[in-house]
Amino acid sequence: MFSIQGATKSFAGQAALGPITIDIQSGQTTVLIGPSGCGKSTLLRLLIGLVQPDVGSVLFEGTPVTQANAREVRHRTGYVIQDGGLFPHLTARGNVSLLPRHLGWDRVRIDSRVAELTALTRLPADNLDRFPHQLSGGQRQRVGLMRALMLNPDALLLDEPLGALDPLVRADLQVDLRAIFQSLGKTVVLVTHDLAEAMFFADRIVLLRNGQIVQEGPPADFWHRPADPFVTRFVQAQRGPQITVEAA
Amino acid sequence: MTRLVILGLIMLAGCSGTRSSGTVVVVGSKKFTESVILAEMGARLARESGVEARRDDLGGTPALWLALTQGDIQAYPEYTGTITRQILKQDPPDLAAALAVHGIRMSKPLGFRNNYALGMRKDIAASLSIRTISDLRSHPNLRLGFIHEFLDRPDGWPGVKRHYGLPQRNVQGMNHTLAYRALVEKAIDLTEVYTTDGEIAQYDLLVLEDDRQFFPAYEAVWLYRAELEEQHPAVVAQLRRLEGKISEADMQRMNARVQEEKADEAQVAGEFLNQSLTVSVESADGSLARRLRETTIEHLWLLVPSLLAAVIVSVPLGVLAFRRPTLGRFVLGATGVLQTIPSLALLLFMIPVMKFLLDRGTGTAPAVAALFLYSLLPIVRNTYAGLKGIPHSLRESADALGLSRWAILWQIELPLATPTILAGVKTAAVINVGTATLGGFIGAGGYGRPILRGIDKFDIPLMLEGAIPAALMALVLEAIFDLAERLFVRK
Repeated sequence: MFSIQGATKSFAGQAALGPITIDIQSGQTTVLIGPSGCGKSTLLRLLIGLVQPDVGSVLFEGTPVTQANAREVRHRTGYVIQDGGLFPHLTARGNVSLLPRHLGWDRVRIDSRVAELTALTRLPADNLDRFPHQLSGGQRQRVGLMRALMLNPDALLLDEPLGALDPLVRADLQVDLRAIFQSLGKTVVLVTHDLAEAMFFADRIVLLRNGQIVQEGPPADFWHRPADPFVTRFVQAQRGPQITVEAA
Repeated sequence: MTRLVILGLIMLAGCSGTRSSGTVVVVGSKKFTESVILAEMGARLARESGVEARRDDLGGTPALWLALTQGDIQAYPEYTGTITRQILKQDPPDLAAALAVHGIRMSKPLGFRNNYALGMRKDIAASLSIRTISDLRSHPNLRLGFIHEFLDRPDGWPGVKRHYGLPQRNVQGMNHTLAYRALVEKAIDLTEVYTTDGEIAQYDLLVLEDDRQFFPAYEAVWLYRAELEEQHPAVVAQLRRLEGKISEADMQRMNARVQEEKADEAQVAGEFLNQSLTVSVESADGSLARRLRETTIEHLWLLVPSLLAAVIVSVPLGVLAFRRPTLGRFVLGATGVLQTIPSLALLLFMIPVMKFLLDRGTGTAPAVAALFLYSLLPIVRNTYAGLKGIPHSLRESADALGLSRWAILWQIELPLATPTILAGVKTAAVINVGTATLGGFIGAGGYGRPILRGIDKFDIPLMLEGAIPAALMALVLEAIFDLAERLFVRK
């Protein structure tokens, strides 16, 4: 669905990404993972034109993503960031209906879509008329997901969606999210720095370091066929706490 | 937000509509008691002919002459000496013809003369054996205090000094009332007086003899627009009823009533008309409540249109400054420079500008324009700061949704910046309540009028009549904005 061909990006003369070439398969969940500053969020932003590549190109269904068509691409792609990225001056309902209203949907259509998604994301119905600061972190994230799904997009991009949540809420939401991904069968690209989370969601993992892809493939490869010593170190560093939990 | 803008436009439209309709005869006055009393009589008499009329205090001779020739006022009391020496700067054989060139006519003298003269305390003059202006030549160390206008006029200090060859160098400019007090308290030795001043008798001052006949005769007359006589001959006929009616003693007494006894000019004028011309005196303008209501409405007419116009202009400027950083630096810099211009200077500067733009050089228009310019900086800066303060993640969320730039501005950016923008509007409003009082200098009315009249008459209750409501208005505005903030802004 998405394809990046030889793209590079630097910020203020500092190379952030690339050159990188990658295809994002339709209907799969691809997880971008790597240490902080590896370029995984920049890669995600490239896909919907929030960031323009210095060199190379980004294709959406074979068409280059440009300033001119970026809005169309975004309407077909849901985008969720840490803590939901909700607008504080609008209620949960106001947040999720902002884009459809802007596109001229009528009230009935919006309301029925909101009801569908409230059920799908298991958001308590009385939360809809609250403002973001009146919601818990997990609820905000569910509203953020609803907002991203309103137009029933073909793809869903999530940038560390669970990063700000405490472990119990996070575990609940991981389960719900995976169920949603599986039921919708959409193309999902998720960014995280947590390998366990990546393993939980991924059909395919892309490990980045210093703006380059170190290894990509099914999760099991990272255990059994690490591409280089960095992959081994990354995998082992992340296993640490799991081992102690298991030992206890 | 949209609703606010529309409301503003409606109010602006309403403002220009109500202000320009109907014939109102405006009688101008200079900022001293005698002129105010005469102008008050003029307005009363004009009303006798059935038109609406009011007095407008405009400041010094140049401002009055400008306002008269521009048509902002239709008549004002002037003195023949001032006309020849300061206005025309020549002594034509036919004064009426010289004035007619400017579309202005002159009445016959009203009766009294108000000549310039120099005055001293009697005890000081006696100790230095000074009786005449020539005697001043042998006392070069005398301390002199004159009003600024007298310091500049060719028929004022520069002329006397040249005519008599006076050596004094210690000369300060000050307000007329203050000069009298300074003289009485021996802070200065000599000041200019008008021969009808109530203070001459009150403080028992010596008027120095003009032994070499420098000061011309200053006979009080009406100056009025030729147009007024053509369109409203009855008004002119009414004004001319005062010709030859006011003696020097009458004028001194009326001045003293206002200066010493703090009587209201309108009341003193009314009493005189009642006695001398048997004009019935309606008790208009009388009560404190009525005056307060009038000045409050006038003050709001200065504040509200200027503030609304500033919001309409500043918010887009703030958005522009934010979207185009290079242009933004220029916009913020320019509004900042406006703020550094002293408020009084900006006010006076607006007179020719508004004359050019609106054909109305005095009164409300230049004051509103000056207040408008002053309001720009706080609102532009706060709009800019409010937009700049929106977290990057929210801006990116809006972008990622695929909203248009316009929708992002209206639905996301401006609502999020509203608390900061409102704070800027509040700052502008509260500051302008104070600045608007300076509008009194150019006849804009409002709380500035009682304050300035109070300063001129050294009448503290009258000053407070403007100062206290101004302070209260600032507090009320602040409370209204706090309430609006709570209503509009959900946290």
